[in-house]
Amino acid sequence: MIALPLGCIVLLMTLALVGAVVARTASGGRIVYGGSLAISLALLLIALLSIGGGSSTVTLPLGLPWIGARFQLDPLAAFFLVVVGLGSAGASYYALGYGRHEPEPQRVLPFYPAFLAGLTLVVVAADAFSFLFAWELMSLASWALVMSHDREPGNANAGFVYIVMASFSGLALLLCFGLLAGATGDFSFAAMQAAHPSPGIAALALVLALIGAGSKAGVVPLHAWLPLAHPAAPSHVSALMSGVMTKVAVYGFIRIVFDLLGAPTWWGGVIVLAVGGITAVLGVLYALMEHDLKRLLAYHTVENIGIIFIGLGLALAFGANLLPAAAALALTAALFHVFNHSVFKSLLFFGSGAVLTATGERDMDHLGGLIHRMPKTAFAFLIGCIAISALPPLNGFVSEWLTFQAILLHPDLPQWGLKLAIPADGALLALSAALAAACFVKAFGVTFLGRARTRVAADAREVDGYSTNAMFVFAALCLLAGIFPGAVIDLLAPVTQALTGAHMPKQLDVAWLSIVPVETARSSYNGLLVLVFVTISASLGVLAIHRFASHALRRAPAWDCGFPDPRPQTQYTAGSFAQPIRRVYGAVVFRAHDTVTMPPPGATAPASIEKHIADPIWDALYAPIAAAVWWMSQALNHLQFLTIRRYLGFVFAALVILLLALALWQ
Amino acid sequence: MAVIPALLVQGVQMALVLLLAPLLTGLTRKVKARLQRRQGPSVIQPYRDLKRLLHKDVVLAENASWLFRVAPYVIFAVTWVAAALVPTFATGLLFSWSGDLIAITALLGSARFAQALAAMDIGTSFGGIGASREVMIASLAEPAMLMIALSVALIAGSTQLSTIADYMAFSAVGLRVTLALGLVALVIVALAENARIPVDNPATHLELTMVHEAMVLEYSGRHLAMIELAASLKLLLYVSVIACIFFPFGLAHGYVIGLIAYLLKLAVAGVLLGVFEVSIAKMRVFRVPNFLGAALMLALLGVLLRFVSEGM
Amino acid sequence: MISGFAFDVSHMLAGLLVLVSFAMLYQDRLYAVINVLALHAFVLAISVAWQAHIQHAPHLYITALIALGFKAIAIPMALRRMVFRLGIHREIETVVSIGLTMLAGIAMVALSLMVMLPVTAHVDPVAREDISLALSVVLIGLLMMVTRRNAVSQVAGFLSLENGVNLAATGAQGMPLVVEISVAFSILIAFIVVGIFLFRIRERFDTVDLEALDRFRGERR
Repeated sequence: MIALPLGCIVLLMTLALVGAVVARTASGGRIVYGGSLAISLALLLIALLSIGGGSSTVTLPLGLPWIGARFQLDPLAAFFLVVVGLGSAGASYYALGYGRHEPEPQRVLPFYPAFLAGLTLVVVAADAFSFLFAWELMSLASWALVMSHDREPGNANAGFVYIVMASFSGLALLLCFGLLAGATGDFSFAAMQAAHPSPGIAALALVLALIGAGSKAGVVPLHAWLPLAHPAAPSHVSALMSGVMTKVAVYGFIRIVFDLLGAPTWWGGVIVLAVGGITAVLGVLYALMEHDLKRLLAYHTVENIGIIFIGLGLALAFGANLLPAAAALALTAALFHVFNHSVFKSLLFFGSGAVLTATGERDMDHLGGLIHRMPKTAFAFLIGCIAISALPPLNGFVSEWLTFQAILLHPDLPQWGLKLAIPADGALLALSAALAAACFVKAFGVTFLGRARTRVAADAREVDGYSTNAMFVFAALCLLAGIFPGAVIDLLAPVTQALTGAHMPKQLDVAWLSIVPVETARSSYNGLLVLVFVTISASLGVLAIHRFASHALRRAPAWDCGFPDPRPQTQYTAGSFAQPIRRVYGAVVFRAHDTVTMPPPGATAPASIEKHIADPIWDALYAPIAAAVWWMSQALNHLQFLTIRRYLGFVFAALVILLLALALWQ
Repeated sequence: MAVIPALLVQGVQMALVLLLAPLLTGLTRKVKARLQRRQGPSVIQPYRDLKRLLHKDVVLAENASWLFRVAPYVIFAVTWVAAALVPTFATGLLFSWSGDLIAITALLGSARFAQALAAMDIGTSFGGIGASREVMIASLAEPAMLMIALSVALIAGSTQLSTIADYMAFSAVGLRVTLALGLVALVIVALAENARIPVDNPATHLELTMVHEAMVLEYSGRHLAMIELAASLKLLLYVSVIACIFFPFGLAHGYVIGLIAYLLKLAVAGVLLGVFEVSIAKMRVFRVPNFLGAALMLALLGVLLRFVSEGM
Repeated sequence: MISGFAFDVSHMLAGLLVLVSFAMLYQDRLYAVINVLALHAFVLAISVAWQAHIQHAPHLYITALIALGFKAIAIPMALRRMVFRLGIHREIETVVSIGLTMLAGIAMVALSLMVMLPVTAHVDPVAREDISLALSVVLIGLLMMVTRRNAVSQVAGFLSLENGVNLAATGAQGMPLVVEISVAFSILIAFIVVGIFLFRIRERFDTVDLEALDRFRGERR
């Protein structure tokens, strides 16, 4: 089976070359995106067929001559290949329509298939060298896509921050693999699995994996590049970066920590749980402060990565205490959320891309009332909003529900640290879910509801059929995964079996298609029945009222307590909607405060309100580093203006010191 | 065929909550009025209000979208389904396993989501103020509710309300600090979620103090009736949840005793709520986060203290 | 061995004491703080009386009476008079926001559980839960003193701390009465001293805000 994905990668790389040639022609977009769509669908099919099978490996004589390049397709890789295939198929189909509005196709088309190839290659790589090669290919191709509109304000800066953070993540992973390869120096994953690193090495490797893969996934405090870079790229690429690339980063973490490191340790679980909880809450709080639609979505990616890491931390904690069934439940919840997030985040980025196409605006405060002008986009976006807010009966709820069920198993754990940390994490998870719902009321309400705030919003047109169809397909997936979660859970069984040695009970056999994590008396959920009940009750209500009571309807101006204001500017904006939450949470986290300037009595100047929000992580972590780098470069600057004799002197001194060190070493 | 009677009980339960919900609201209003030395409207006034509203025309704002018209039915249906999942007079309802306490909380979250969106739809500043305050309150109430679910589940070993009620009714649970804290927290959450007095005033139409009323300002006719009915159902739901977790008396003794016990519990809850509401002042909006934060802390504290009791 | 019910009740009372400590953290007005302090002492008195009952230790009843008489009635009344005479009954004073303080309180409870429960794994369960909860009460009392700037609420924090010490002492079976009386006496002395100082401070600086003292010492600038 492994030959087929490799073939797809070769095809994608070929397509990248073709893209470079045909980029400037009229049909270039159709060739590249159509080709990517076909290959992605093939990948999806291959992955779905091979997820239940065993693993197949191959060693190709590529790369470093004495190692070769190993590739393998095991259940874990196959599952993430499903996510990659699905996400890239959707993005490619969407781009068939969206890509036509691209002003500079030659800067997108060659890199898009290369990006897809990089994503796929990371997942099937089976030695450290090819993994890191694929990782860097993924980073560089996506960096090129982020920089495709480099003249827009802020984008060049985003690209710079991104490339720095990507290099940093690659470096951390390189060190991590270096530790794991150990004394033998065998870089294949099989050898790393066989080796049993000492506890100190394992701890260091876990932290390095968390830094390396985590910074790519967007874990706080290494998330800084994500809200800059994801919105800067074209929207279908944003969808891929948020929906798929962060998941590939999660794959990297799972591969290293669950597969290569060997037996997990319970304090490793505590670290991952703490990082996950903080990431989830801070991500959503950042999103609430945002009024740029795409940046808001990017911050929500940070939040969802936090939720996924909570699940992974739980799986580590249970795994370390030899509770495989609980570990399997937690890992299933995390992987389910990986799938869900890739679906609804792609959907939401497609929606924001449609809004961008129709209005040219990303700022929510310049939009409004789009539900009238773009009904299809609005409907699909609404489905995405409900799903990401973890509301039943859609899919986001199921994975968060499963995470909660895993949290409920924590009294079985013996360590006091875990017993106390896990309920605290549960509170953080609940807080982030509630805040996410608040944030998506804001995102949907300000963008699509109310009255149009600007001319462009009032004149918006519904986007093309490719875009809306892509959104509808993903919206349908949100619903299907929400009402038939058993199918997804059963699909995940081989993956958790391979990683934790157990899997959740088979769900499709349960009566009425309920899902039952442990046993029926403990907890069960049935999305299908809930949906059917809600539909029946709502229809009953409508029927009864329209049949037996009034169904008359009259249109009139809005009531608004008798003081309707004709200016749409008086509506609540993103900033004013978030004001209560900014005041409650932001005062602590962001040192947020509002300054109101009232003119003196009699003056005609308008009063003004100004909000101040500080980014604690940027100020505490990145700004000092940037300042230090700046200071160092200033301090070393005069080295540039020395005589040749002095440069030679430096070289000579370096040589002598190294020899001296060597002599002393022996 | 054991399915038929079970289905019947489930159907009775759905009808029962729908019929009783306005009565509970009416009772609370009556108690409040009497305590304020007013005669007050009759306890069946909410039914009359609903009937009147149902027969009136809907006056719809000019720029209302389909979402505004669909939302009342969604809110009503979701709340009704959630209320039907809570054991009222009997446990082990046919469909109670289709959602546990977490799912019920999330269903109410869906109703709130629809309500807040509908409030934003007309594009008035009142809708915005109501929606933004509602989500701020919910952002604390919902985690508190989930933490309560967690602490109850730690004791009963289940998040399924039927199982919890059976456990609480049959086994010697005894006095538990966790449960006491959970009860206090749940009462706070219930007050906030139902827009009752220290948090919001269900009777006010003063702009700056209202949250729930600001959101439904643009609704009229049958739409308003649906929303009012959903609000009553939600109050009944919270009373039922409190009753079935903390006071599961009578649930295990057949349907008739269960029903009588349930009616008694509702009456007691209605009177207590009325007394509480007249004896306390409404809080400033930005005092509410502290109040609800206290609920969240209490629930979390309950979870922590649960481990102390493990000694026995 | 004590029965399950006895354990449940004493556990409940100890938990209630923690809850009242939290209620004290939640208050931001001085009169409310004093009321909660009285409630705190009252719960302590009941808890001690219950311990006296289940341990068959009649001398603990005296401790309970001391708690009831002094801490639940006399000291709160004195404090209230003091607040009234100082004219600070309207003051709202917190250094850190209430939400954060409560969060810190939760962390203190978690900390005391983490420290105490593993250590006391083999002790009699009543003493075990009493000690861990008592440590929480002590820590929250300290937290109260740290996060308030008004001297009166610091006194309240100190007294609740002392209640926590009492709870721990009664849980451990067989504390001599002499110790208890001497502790109560020292508290009384401390209270009188603090009271006198409060009035002296007030005379000198026109406020009981402790930051004023820091300013006077020149530490804040």
